This record gives sequence, structure tokens and C-alpha cells, in this order.
Amino acid sequence: MTQVVVTGIGAVTPLGVGARTLYERWLAGQSGIEGGEGIASEFDPKEHLSVKEARRADRFTQFALVAGDEALAEAGFAGGELPYEAERIACVVGTGIGGIGTLEHNHDVLRDSGPNKVSPLAVPLMMSNAAPAALAMRHGIKGHTYGIVSACAAGAHAIGTSAALIQSGVADAVVTGGSEAALTPLSKAAFAALDALSPSGISRPFDARRDGFVMGEGAAVLVLEDADRARERGATILATVKGYGASSDAHHLTAPHAEGLGAAQAIRQALETAGLEAEDVDYVNAHGTSTPLNDRAETLAIKAALGDRAGQIPVSSTKSAIGHLLGAAGAVEAVATILALRDRMAPPTLGYEEVEEGLDLDYVPNSARPLDVNGKRPVALSNAFGFGGHNAVLCLEAAE
Amino acid sequence: MPEKTITPEAVETTVREALEQFGPEPDEITLDATFEQLDVDSLDLAELSQIIEDEYGVKLKGEDVGKIKTVGDAVDLVVNRAG
Repeated sequence: MTQVVVTGIGAVTPLGVGARTLYERWLAGQSGIEGGEGIASEFDPKEHLSVKEARRADRFTQFALVAGDEALAEAGFAGGELPYEAERIACVVGTGIGGIGTLEHNHDVLRDSGPNKVSPLAVPLMMSNAAPAALAMRHGIKGHTYGIVSACAAGAHAIGTSAALIQSGVADAVVTGGSEAALTPLSKAAFAALDALSPSGISRPFDARRDGFVMGEGAAVLVLEDADRARERGATILATVKGYGASSDAHHLTAPHAEGLGAAQAIRQALETAGLEAEDVDYVNAHGTSTPLNDRAETLAIKAALGDRAGQIPVSSTKSAIGHLLGAAGAVEAVATILALRDRMAPPTLGYEEVEEGLDLDYVPNSARPLDVNGKRPVALSNAFGFGGHNAVLCLEAAE
Repeated sequence: MPEKTITPEAVETTVREALEQFGPEPDEITLDATFEQLDVDSLDLAELSQIIEDEYGVKLKGEDVGKIKTVGDAVDLVVNRAG
């Protein structure tokens, strides 16, 4: 089977602009959460985009464009010359909700000023495929291009789908990832109405006191390539997408299956497609939302899928540092995982102090530590689960 | 909001202010400048039409807007429609 490698990464998150900024600050135990929200407060669109580019893009698309510039520059795709035929480069980007800020603003206009005042830009800005459309236009990408919509699993689904596009032979490279900008009044009220948001405003995954997720915003973009072609052109390889598993709980619209059956199935499939066993896994980047239901079901799923190995490896949650980036989460966490694998490090679960009975994995409380890999290339799983019962799991391996 | 009286000067000011929001530099916006030169496209012109209608009560037809090429054409179209 064709191997798929990652040759560029970029991110905009509550910890700052840049993939390395995200990873280094998380590793150092810094949090991007303030006042119960993970706002991408260091992001200023004017620093990165022209007036026209910025006003033609909802905030979720702006995040994707800036993360995309970073990833494509690293992969050597920027500067007007693409290393493959434009028709052989795809662009697949996930989002949970799309341009909900644009939707809410235009609904205010409709209500207050009437239908003639609704902006002609409303539809092109709020559509959930706006981010891949803008990336394709910005970089002249002409292959398969579309959005992936699977709530909080969208970023991981996008990466998995992109790897499959390369393996199926229709693309040599894919610009992929996930993006979300849903810190809006309607979205916050709606998640709060579901009792999904943390009333305390604290993201402490797996801790006994956890009381819901803290919403964050941002994006990550990755450049995936056919490994042989990437090596031929001398690209620097950051990691390999070894496997991908996806499943549906077919159980409940919002609650995960209590025993994590669907999640466990996706983890097993990610390992099977990677040709690996539970013993090969060195680190799990958990979905770890800090909701009572997810963190329990996910712990059970990891144990069910990995058996005895589950108790021997570090499991940590990026959401402890940046909150839950919804449709961007799977991509942002994959990017953080790639850098952790590179450095052979397990970043921490921040805020973890109180053990809950049954939640007994090694959650890497509060301080990063080296992975124990005995010189081999470490392998990680990156989990993402979404409302609708969607599960997507990536199996990633460090480069040389 | 009461509609403004249409004069070539007033319409030119409105068009200039609208285009400045869309991205072109103010000194690039002359009556002879083409929309192509200013990177003003059909979505910008849809927004411009909405602003004109808002300020002057003149509804521009999509087919007419589709034919104009320069900033001056846009001003003339509005002024002529009012006449």
C-alpha cells in the first residue's frame, strides 16, 4: 500500500499562531484558555491577509488560510510553483459548523433591517466548504476539493480521507486539516443548552471534577504526500500517516456509547490499516474533552482496543491547554502529536489532579515527559469523536 | 433613512467610499480605473449595488451592472437611471 507522509504543518490556536508555537507552549504547560474560552487572541487577520482576502473570508476560513500558508511554505508548495500538477493536488478541510459568525451577523441584519440588506457575501462566507475553496484559490490547487462535516471528528476525518485519496491514486498530495470559529453567541448558548459546556470554565480532561468542555477556536492545515514522490523531490518528511480508522456508534445523537464501542472499533481499525499491534503504540493523543461522558467512554475504548498496553503508555489531551476546537480539534491535535513524536515527548494533561474511579490510565498530569521508545520510531494514536456518534482515529509514526 | 439626491459628485463619493472598503487603495480609484485593474469582481459589484440602492433608492439590474467596466461607468449608470 502507498505510504502517506506529512511534509508541512501549520496552526492557529488559542496558544498562538504557528504549529511549533502551539506544541512548544503546550509542552511547557501553558494554557490558551482565559475566562472559560479558548480564543485565538494572538491572531490578527490584518497581519496575514489583504483587506480583500480578509473580508472575503469568515473567521474560520481566515484561520485555515493562515495555517495553510505556514504548512504550504514548509512543504515547499508556496511561492507560485507547485511540485505536482495542480490537478493532482487535492484540498479537503473539515469543519463542525462553518461560518456561523457570518450566519448570525446576517440574521441580525435580516431581522433588524430587512431582506434587502443581507450581504451578497453571506452565502460564500458561511458555507462549510469555504475554507477548502479559499485554500484552493489561493494556491491554485485543482484536484478533488471539498469540505468534511462530522462535528468534532471533522479534522481527523479530513486527514484520513486525504490519506485515502493519495492511496487510491487520484492525488499525489492533499492540503488538509480542520477549522472552526464558533465562539459566537448562538453557538455558545446552544452548546450550553446541551449541558456540554463547562460551567466552571475549566478544561481538565479525565479529572474527577471535570464538568464539560471549554470551547476554543482555530485551525490546522497539513500537507500530505505520496511518500515515494515526496522522497523523490527531496521533501523533508515530518511523519507518516500509518493508519486511519473510522466508525459510527449508531447509538445516540450526542452521547458517546457508554462503553466506547464505536471508538474502540475505530482505534482497532487505525492499527489494522497501519499493520501494527497495540504493543507498537507509544502515545495516545486523546479526544479528552473534559466532559463527564467522553472521558469515561474514551478511557474504556482505549482499554478495550489496546488491552494491557493501555495502562503502559501516556495518554494526554491537547484540550487541557486550548479547549475544544470542535471541527478543527482532530487536525490541531494531529499536528501537536506529530511534533510530540518528532521530539519523543508526551505533552501533559493540564489541570489533572483528582482521580476518578475507573479512569486509571497514565494521563501525563501537568508535566511533559520523554516517551520511552528504546530508539525505535514512536507511534501515536490521535482520537477524535463527534456528535452524531462519529469516530475518527489516526495512527501516526515519527519520521526518521 | 431619507434617500440622498443623485448628483454625479454624490454618487462618485459613494462609489469611492464603497470601493475603498473592498480593498483597492484610495489613490487607485479614479473614474477611468477599470474594475479589473482594481480587482473588483462580481461579488463586490453586488455589494456596491446594495449600497447604491440603500443610499439612493435606485435598484440596479444585474445585467446592467454586468456590462460596466470602469468606476466612471458605475457612476454614470446610477446617474442615468435617476434621470
